[in-house]
Amino acid sequence: MAQIAHDDSDAVVIIGSGAGGGTLAHELTRRGIKVVLLEAGARQSLASFSQNPGEAFAQLTWLEPRTTSGSWTVREDYPGLPSWTCKTLGGTTVHWTGATPRIRPWELRARTTYGAIAGASLIDWPIEYAELERYYELAERRLLVTRRHGNPGLPASNHFKVMYNGAKRIGYKQVHTGYLAVNTRPADERGMCIQQGFCVQGCKTGAKWSTLYTEIPRAEATGNLDLRILSRALRIEHGEDGRVNGVVYRDENGRELRQRARLVCVACNSIETARLLLLSESARFPHGLANSSDQVGRNYCRHTAGFIWGVFDKPIHFWRGTTLAGIVEDETKHDPKRGFAGGYHLELAALDLPSLPVAGFPSTLWGRELGFLMDHYDRMAGMLINGEDLPRATNRITLDSTVKDGFALPVAHIHVDEHGNDAAMRAHAQQQGRAIYDAVGAVRTATSRQTPATHNMCAARMSKNPRDGVVDAYGRAHDVANLFISDGSALSTPGSANPTLTIVALALRQAEYIARELNARNL
Amino acid sequence: MSTMSPIPRRSFLAASGIVSGLLAAGGPLSLIAPSRAWALEMKTLTSSQGAALMSIARTIAPHDGLEDAAYALVVKAMDTAAAADDHVRAMVDSGLATLGGSFATQTEATRIAALKAVEKSAFFHFLRSSTLANLYSSAIAYAHFGYEGEAFSKGGYLTRGFNDLHWLPEVPLQDSGPGVGGG
Repeated sequence: MAQIAHDDSDAVVIIGSGAGGGTLAHELTRRGIKVVLLEAGARQSLASFSQNPGEAFAQLTWLEPRTTSGSWTVREDYPGLPSWTCKTLGGTTVHWTGATPRIRPWELRARTTYGAIAGASLIDWPIEYAELERYYELAERRLLVTRRHGNPGLPASNHFKVMYNGAKRIGYKQVHTGYLAVNTRPADERGMCIQQGFCVQGCKTGAKWSTLYTEIPRAEATGNLDLRILSRALRIEHGEDGRVNGVVYRDENGRELRQRARLVCVACNSIETARLLLLSESARFPHGLANSSDQVGRNYCRHTAGFIWGVFDKPIHFWRGTTLAGIVEDETKHDPKRGFAGGYHLELAALDLPSLPVAGFPSTLWGRELGFLMDHYDRMAGMLINGEDLPRATNRITLDSTVKDGFALPVAHIHVDEHGNDAAMRAHAQQQGRAIYDAVGAVRTATSRQTPATHNMCAARMSKNPRDGVVDAYGRAHDVANLFISDGSALSTPGSANPTLTIVALALRQAEYIARELNARNL
Repeated sequence: MSTMSPIPRRSFLAASGIVSGLLAAGGPLSLIAPSRAWALEMKTLTSSQGAALMSIARTIAPHDGLEDAAYALVVKAMDTAAAADDHVRAMVDSGLATLGGSFATQTEATRIAALKAVEKSAFFHFLRSSTLANLYSSAIAYAHFGYEGEAFSKGGYLTRGFNDLHWLPEVPLQDSGPGVGGG
């Protein structure tokens, strides 16, 4: 591994090591570019992943406080955890489920496809689908996505059999074990899926793609990466020319250090990305770095989400098997006759016993109904809605100066008022999900409300017009020539797809662009 | 500036209570435990508070066949939280006082009505979240609900029943994938 001096003017600094930052670090270092990768969390391994759900959660999760406001039900149901992200090397690619559908072509033209919707701040992406498609293919080959490029699908679990038969009986056509970055056989130095069901605790066989054991060690092997774990970025600084030139951070010993940078890429998972830009205010950027448009933190999207549970009178054992290996694609269309814009996926989802009552039900559920559901734990089936939510300028990440983190910095404040379109979509999805279970003999169905966001998106979005967003089509800040956003916050709109594949595709594209521009001395 | 630090109220309360019981004969734990008798010695709450909290946990998450020892772990977590934070301790004291001293001996319908009346309070949130976070994570709960837990140490569920459901038709290969050892 490289040791890059703190005053080295050649270093590219990447903040965050997940799907965006970890991939970008590999792609730049393998092209001979020196990279300092700052990661706030510790380094775990296949061996150190805990198999106790509570311990695993504590080991991987970003647990620092965030405050909330707005009318969203997440405030009532999950007051301590409005968003579920990671603080660990590899970021959320350690706890993700591996789901890798693509954003649909028409979803990239959301404003054009859906038209003007009151109370929404929709835009079209500044990238054509044909352009993105090339990088989707590269990303799918990189991640070894099932059901793509000749990779077989995962086998059907008990749990998927329930979803599949129900979905087919109500007329759905596109139902299968999903597009997942999960190996069905050992490949690319990753193990194979042994159907443990412990995907979100960190995959102990490495069957699931994570930058932790793919991109990051490969970047280290180039000799061009200086990885600094337990290193927390505090602010990004710029020179008189308005270009960023360094990142101030605290290392694991609490020392405040400054890494000089020729270029900075921010990949801290939307909420923390927006927060870091806002914390990096200066005389030149009084409302936060790269925020002359006042769009940093705005348009925050989370996907329309929620669990649907079916209770049966026969055993299912839904915890056995790949957590998310099942998908219904039929509702990923724009069909205003359903009463809302955009579409959604239904995705198989099981929870371990300790997590189900905490994460799977609304806070209004207790008493005999809760007891009945839990008594049927071995006869339950579950799915998650993953639908496009509408961006709103007022759904927003700001700084809360009344609450400070361990570094005496204001924490992120999340304000969300769900758009009526999201509620209509969720109601439709819940009705369809219940119908799926009813079709195969459910004795009871139940739903959660919106779940804590594992998909945090659009808070520093790409836009053609600098007025509408924060970065251009390559993730480069409209205001700052050598500042890039490299995570889900750059998505222009969320689409109906789980975001990781899109984040990786954009990181691959951004890496090509950065390398080309650095070589041409344009950056 | 005062150099006095407030002395936690709990240091004045010598009496901490005990919740105790017997493991069900033939239950999962009685087979391995050295004794069927169990006792939870609390750090700060009284015995009657412990009994009330146990009854509350059973009202919030009722499982008639699940033994008291599982619910005692919920009470233990609540007691630990109260011992660590005077605000929690005060909330539990006043919350239980509001519910009344005879809560644990009331009918379930009465207990539900009493909890419904405080459902929006921080106290109830504490009760519900503590119950759900602690009732289902013990070995007793795993055994009771039939949850098999982690399987990495046993080679996963790949050859241990991940696809042993036969009350519905199988999924065609085109929509699933090759099975164990398949190519």
